[in-house]
Amino acid sequence: MASSGGAVPFWRAAGMTYVRYSNICASLVRQCLKEPYRSESLSREKVHFSVSKWVDGKPEKPVIESLIVALVSLD
Amino acid sequence: MLRLAPRLLRRSLARTFADVPATPTQDSSFVQAWQKINPNLDPPKTPLAFMTPRPPTPSSIPSKLTVNFVLPYQSELASKEVDMVIIPATTGHMGVLPGHVATIAELRPGILSVHEGSSVTKYFVSSGFAFIHANSFADIVAVEAVPVDRFDPTLVQKGLAEFQQKLAIASTDLEKAEAQIGVDVHSALNSALAG
Repeated sequence: MASSGGAVPFWRAAGMTYVRYSNICASLVRQCLKEPYRSESLSREKVHFSVSKWVDGKPEKPVIESLIVALVSLD
Repeated sequence: MLRLAPRLLRRSLARTFADVPATPTQDSSFVQAWQKINPNLDPPKTPLAFMTPRPPTPSSIPSKLTVNFVLPYQSELASKEVDMVIIPATTGHMGVLPGHVATIAELRPGILSVHEGSSVTKYFVSSGFAFIHANSFADIVAVEAVPVDRFDPTLVQKGLAEFQQKLAIASTDLEKAEAQIGVDVHSALNSALAG
């Protein structure tokens, strides 16, 4: 469309995937919202996952983690 | 006259479906090979049989555009008939009317406006894709789409200043890219809130 195989978007050239770019854009937009909407939307960024470390070929007890990550935070 | 009627009818039917690509519901050579081996069993259905054929492009342009606008957590518009949608594509704002040529557009942070009669609904879209089909259906998918009145202008200005600063002091490619994304998003938000 815009590129003929030569020009790539600047984030692709810097080694970023589209998924990461899209998630960064979304989290920046969420951080600019007004108050009631902002806290609702930050709950959407939560990632829940369970991690189990493997030692000597055996999995240890899995740990359930809830991670709230602001991908790009304003310091 | 009456003798020719079936032939005329057949010809007009053929014309209506002429532009649908031939999607056979069953692979005929597979069916024949199956019948040779066990003629008593029905041939199994292949994935091709489960696919619904592409809906035919109507011969006259429909009067309304049907829009499906979805976010990961909810659907904003589900098969809504509208007059026009203006989408913020990477190649610029694109107006989509009924009868638009089939297009896939990548969206950039910007305003998506839905025009229905005299009312206009505007959303700020963070990024996503718009698929416009030949039969005047548009599927728009976005990660975040927020009505413009839900933003806080001071936060936007603050963010813009922060990222412009980050862009100036960025050293690695990745930092520069992240800062550039921040600047793009915040300046799009700024112009959205202003205009």
